[in-house]
Amino acid sequence: MKDLSLHILDIIQNSLAANAKLIEISIDENERKDLIEITIKDDGKGMSKEFAESVTDPFTTTRTTRKVGLGIPLLKQNAERTGGCLTIDSQLGQGTIITAAFKPSNIDCPVLGDIAGVISLTVSGNPSIDFVYNHKINDNLFTFNTKEIKEVLGEIPINDNSVYKLLKELIQSNLEEIESIGYKT
Amino acid sequence: MATIKSLDDLRKMKESLQSKINLREKGEDPNSHVQIKVAMATCGIASGAKTVMEFMMEELEKRGIDSIITQTGCMGYCYAEPTIEVTMPGKEPVVFGYVDTKKADEIIEKYIKNGELVDGIIPMNYETIDKK
Ligand SMILES: Nc1ncnc2c1ncn2[C@@H]1O[C@H](COP(=O)(O)OP(=O)(O)OP(=O)(O)O)[C@@H](O)[C@H]1O
Ligand code: FES
Ligand SMILES: [Mg+2]
Repeated sequence: MKDLSLHILDIIQNSLAANAKLIEISIDENERKDLIEITIKDDGKGMSKEFAESVTDPFTTTRTTRKVGLGIPLLKQNAERTGGCLTIDSQLGQGTIITAAFKPSNIDCPVLGDIAGVISLTVSGNPSIDFVYNHKINDNLFTFNTKEIKEVLGEIPINDNSVYKLLKELIQSNLEEIESIGYKT
Repeated sequence: MATIKSLDDLRKMKESLQSKINLREKGEDPNSHVQIKVAMATCGIASGAKTVMEFMMEELEKRGIDSIITQTGCMGYCYAEPTIEVTMPGKEPVVFGYVDTKKADEIIEKYIKNGELVDGIIPMNYETIDKK
């Protein structure tokens, strides 16, 4: 994957395939700690302990269209290449939490990419699913919750083509703002 | 137009959104929109599915074509990613492979607007699109 936002898009697809109804995406970028931590949490069907432990092996997949599953192994490889790591916490019938840590000072660390685009496209492309997106840059947090957005929109569908643009703008302008503030102390 | 920064800003936009939607739907049967599914599994994303979806979202809106664009899992055509499925109202779904923004533009202009066939159609033999 070219950048971290595309990894996030890919990992969200796993949650959707696991029939999640609520997906929480958290990104924590911290320059002082030299850390970018990405967490994707879902309430989908989960995995057994054994399966979750083997899932970073490309030959573990429940796919029927090909023999390898690449999403998680690719993310793990990219995280570890920067000196970071990947952890999976999953419970059958409960859901899954995938956390990937990257060290941004490492030259192998991919850029974050168009996260506002990825989130708004995913929200528009899956109108019946709810998403919470928390993005922290240093000390400043931006929170986005589709339940709130749907409430504001009322009878206007969240996947209307003209809404997508507004959501992207909402995310983008807030990220720009929190990025420009820096540390509180 | 001022930049949207808060839920309040979004709320203020509602009226103009609603009138836009009403205008679009006027005289149209509510099921008359084009439906597009973009395959978003790993090889789709790695070969550019996000860019294609973004292009479709933005361009169909700009060109005033009523459409619903959704993400879907693997369609089973790794070799032809990015793939999209287009369903015109009252017609059978058609799958296009090797879609980039240029191809997507051609699909909008020729297939969606005029019903003309364009290169890159994949004969359909899969059972359901959401099956992994
Ligand atoms: N959030 C999740 N909930 C439940 N099962 C999951 C989740 N994420 C992954 N899995 C399981 O782990 C397997 C491997 O995932 P991975 O993303 O590596 O590959 P894939 O999704 O099978 O294929 P690809 O990502 O290449 O399209 C999946 O097939 C699925 O069975
Ligand atoms: S992602 Fe490769 S065929 Fe679907
Ligand atoms: Mg996957």
